[in-house]
Parts: sequence; C-alpha cells; structure tokens
Amino acid sequence: MSNTPDINDFAKRIRAHALRMVHAVNASHIGSCLSMADILAVLHTEVLRLDPTDPANPDRDRFILSKGHATAILYAALAERGFFPVSELETYCRNGSALTGHVSHGVPGVEASTGSLGHGLPMAVGMAIGLRADGRKSRVVCLLSDGECDEGSNWEAILFAPHHKLDNLIAIVDFNKIQSFGRVTEVLNLDPLADKWRAFGWHVLELDGHDIGALRAAFAGIPAVAGKPTVIIAHTVKGRGVSFMEDRLEWHYKSPNVDQLAQALKEIGA
Amino acid sequence: MRNTFVATLAELAERDPNIWLLCGDLGFSVLESFAAQFPDRFLNMGVAEQNMAGVAAGLALTGKTVFIYSIGNFPTLRCLEQLRNDVCYHGADVKIVSVGAGFAYGSQGYTHHAIEDVAVMSALPGIEVFVPADPAETRSIVRAIAASRRPSYLRLSRAGEPELSGEPLAGLHRPRWLRSPPADVCVLAAGPIAGACLEAARLLPGNISVASVPCLKPIDDGFVRRVAGQARLIVTVEEHILRGGLHAAVSALLAGERSRAPVVGLGIPEADKLSVAGDRDSLLASAGLGPQAIAERIEAALRAL
Repeated sequence: MSNTPDINDFAKRIRAHALRMVHAVNASHIGSCLSMADILAVLHTEVLRLDPTDPANPDRDRFILSKGHATAILYAALAERGFFPVSELETYCRNGSALTGHVSHGVPGVEASTGSLGHGLPMAVGMAIGLRADGRKSRVVCLLSDGECDEGSNWEAILFAPHHKLDNLIAIVDFNKIQSFGRVTEVLNLDPLADKWRAFGWHVLELDGHDIGALRAAFAGIPAVAGKPTVIIAHTVKGRGVSFMEDRLEWHYKSPNVDQLAQALKEIGA
Repeated sequence: MRNTFVATLAELAERDPNIWLLCGDLGFSVLESFAAQFPDRFLNMGVAEQNMAGVAAGLALTGKTVFIYSIGNFPTLRCLEQLRNDVCYHGADVKIVSVGAGFAYGSQGYTHHAIEDVAVMSALPGIEVFVPADPAETRSIVRAIAASRRPSYLRLSRAGEPELSGEPLAGLHRPRWLRSPPADVCVLAAGPIAGACLEAARLLPGNISVASVPCLKPIDDGFVRRVAGQARLIVTVEEHILRGGLHAAVSALLAGERSRAPVVGLGIPEADKLSVAGDRDSLLASAGLGPQAIAERIEAALRAL
C-alpha cells in the first residue's frame, strides 16, 4: 500500500498520543488502549474504507469500539487519520470537550457510543443487516474486550449473526487476558474461547494481535468463508509496548506520572 | 389493537421500503401476514431482547425505520440499557411496540403485567410515549410515528378493544374528547381504560367529561392547563402505577399553578403481594378500576372538595 503511512509508525504515534492523553488528565485504561494499538493501526492504515472528508458516505466501512473505555487510542487513530485535528486530542476528558472518557459518537469518525459493555456487537449486527439489505459492499468491524465476553447480550448476537450468514461482519476480541478486577482465567474463564465462537457458527481466526503481518493477512482474507461472519481472536498483552505496564492489572486504572510517561515514550520509541 | 397495529404497519411498509419489523419470537397469529408480505424486512430475533434492541439501533443507523415488537416488559425493561444507550442516545429511528398493557394478560400473572413500563420508558431521553385507547388512535399513531424519524414507545393493549365514541384524534400529541367538552369534572384517561371511564361517567349525575390522552410524552401542556383552569376536579385514570404515568405527568405540570382544580389519580397499586389469577376485568376491579369503582371514587372526590 504505497500511499498509507507505515503501520508500525502509525501504531507508535497512536500509542504516544494515548499515553500523553491519559497522563494529562490522570485518566484510566491505558493498558486497554495499548493492547489494541497494533490492531487499530492495521485497521486504519489499510483495512477500513473511510474518507475523513466524507464521513457519512453510506458506502463506508463501519467500526464500532465495543470496549468503549479504551477510546483514547481510537480518538488518536481518528485524528491521525484526519477526521479532526491532532491538537484536539489535548482536550480529551477536559471540561466541555466532545472527547469523553468512553467513546462518543459526537466525535467525527465514531459510529457509536459505547462504554457499557456488551452493546457494540448487537449494533454491529444491525448495521451489517442493513448494509447487506441495501446491497452495499461495506463491512462492519466490531472490537470487543475479553472481559465483555462475559455479557450475555454478546452471546445473543454471536448466536444470531451466523444464523443470518452475515459475512460482512468482523468481530475482533482483544484477548489481553486481564479484565477489570483480575485475570480472565480467575474471574470467569473464557477458555476455550475460539471453540465457543466456532461452535456458534463463526469462522474463527486466532493470531498474535501484535503481529502486523498476521493481522494484515487475516483482514486481507476476509470473508474466508462465504456466508459466515468472522471473528479474530487476537492474543494481546495488556499495556503492550511499555515494560512496566505489560500484563499488569493496575494499568487498567493508573495513569503514568511525569517520569513514567517519559520512560513509556522512550520505550515505544516516540 | 395489535391487529390494527400490524395491518397499519403493512400498509405503510408497502409504500416505504425502509420500514422493518423485528419481534422477540412472539406474535403468533398476529405477525404472520407481515412476515409473509415482507420477508426481507421481518426478523424473528429469537428470545433475545437485548440483541433485538441493539440490532434495531444498528439497523436504524443505516437509515431504516425499525419497529420492535414483544410482550409488555420484554422489549422495554429487559433491554432497558440498550434502549437508553443504543436507541435513544443515538436518536435511532426505532419504535418500541409492546403488547399487553396493564392487566391485558390477566391470568398469565405478574411477569406479564406491564404496569411500570410507561414510567420507565418516559424517563428515556428524546423518546415519545404513546398509549392509544382504541384501534382508531392506534392507526393514527402508527402512521405518525412511522414518519417521525425519532424513537417512540407504543404501548398497546391486546385484542378486541372497541372503538370509543367521540371526536377523532386531531394531532399526534393532542388529547381527544370522548365525552363532552371540559366540564365540572374532567376525567383524563390513558389507554383502553378510557372505555371504563366513559361507563363511569354515564353512571354519575352531573356534567362529567372524558378525554383520552394517548401521548404521555410530550404531554400537551396547554390542554392540561386549560382543563385545570376550567374544571372543579381532574381525575386521571390509567392502567399503570401512579408513579411515572399520566397522573405523575399531569400533577408535575400543574404543581406550580396558583389556581387550578385538584387532581385525583386512579391507577394500579404498586405490587406488594402475590399476583392471583384473573381476567383483565377482574384484576381491574380488584384495583378499583372497574366502571362502578371509578364512578364511586369520583363521587368521593367530589364530596371531599
């Protein structure tokens, strides 16, 4: 893709934005942002067909962030993509800003507001049905957290989508193995997660969610099976890219102080 | 009422290719004709109301007008957060249609009695709330909300409700006089219970007017203020608890008025005991909402003036 920015560089930039954003306002969820950074980078550099100058184009792809708490890095990606000035990221979570701490459709490029878990996938299913009925080629991509796979509403949608052969629907699970109050295996074990989706009728891809090549190959091949929705179970590391944040529950909540921010930016090479 | 709803929706869907109907695996003997006529715009979502509400929102965000249909508490309370966040917060063009208002499901028991739904739905942002009293009102309201481009809640009773006498509905948000213009005693009713109010009015001497108030949000402020300025007594009657329904809306509106008629509310008592079997009339009678009881309660209120 000659005209797209380098994926690794995009990932680095949005990680840096997210770190600065949460630091500036002492916000939570940086660990959740960093685990999905590489996925977002691939999506926004070469997968999602979006035009920042025509954000309401009916033929655009739709992206729904169902893990709406990790919105800082989505805002960063949308700003980098050109939906609004990068300088606006400085308003994140500040009084009067549209950039709320859980993703808001008041922000250009955002399709849906989420934050309460288990809402994104049903909405994505509805969009996929509507777009297919209109004969559009648009795809709907929904990014979920592992913790939100506890929500029954998701399993209603997971049951529904294959029944209706929604092969324009792609779910991604950011499987970083840590949910809000502990490790997934200890809070409410999801294993074997891929088998569960498979049993419900999805085409399942399992990959390293930080392997840019694997992500690119996966998206390029979708739909791999006509008539089936695809789920990408992306094995990721919470806090990925910052040594002292990686795989640590507390970075679901903590915000880096000045020294930690400097260290983190250095580690990601920003 | 439910048959009027679906027949009207089918008429509209013939002209408007964006109208969809989703149901939560309910609607036997009611929805089949729509499903057969518009197979590409009818979805049985299965017994999964959260998904139904979320899917409806997503579908609406691609430009569709989506009706979701199920019994009383299922498309409302069961998926409340989806209605709040996904439908209302996004201003999605979704119409929530419940069937079985109040005690319409009689002996089916407490789970099937929708008696708090109006309160809960009215609290949602940007939604309009409709409680038609008869098939004619249902027809007008379905036509209007199909074109409103905003979220609506339509609370239907069940089947066999009679057409009530009186003037036709003049506008989507306007109350409708069923019996005489504003009089000494003005009964405001929401839903088919208006029929019992008409019977009660006939049992009483004196000048008793009855109006159906099919739109509870937004309520017609001007109408209520006018009536309150002219009548000696306002009686609200609803097949719902008093909290958050017609009585609450009328009372809140009039609370700050210096000179106005007192407002007496007749509704279903908030549940504090086991539900017993009984058909709708029997349960309404137990709640003091039969025609005779309504008449007696109006008389008592008049004596207390």
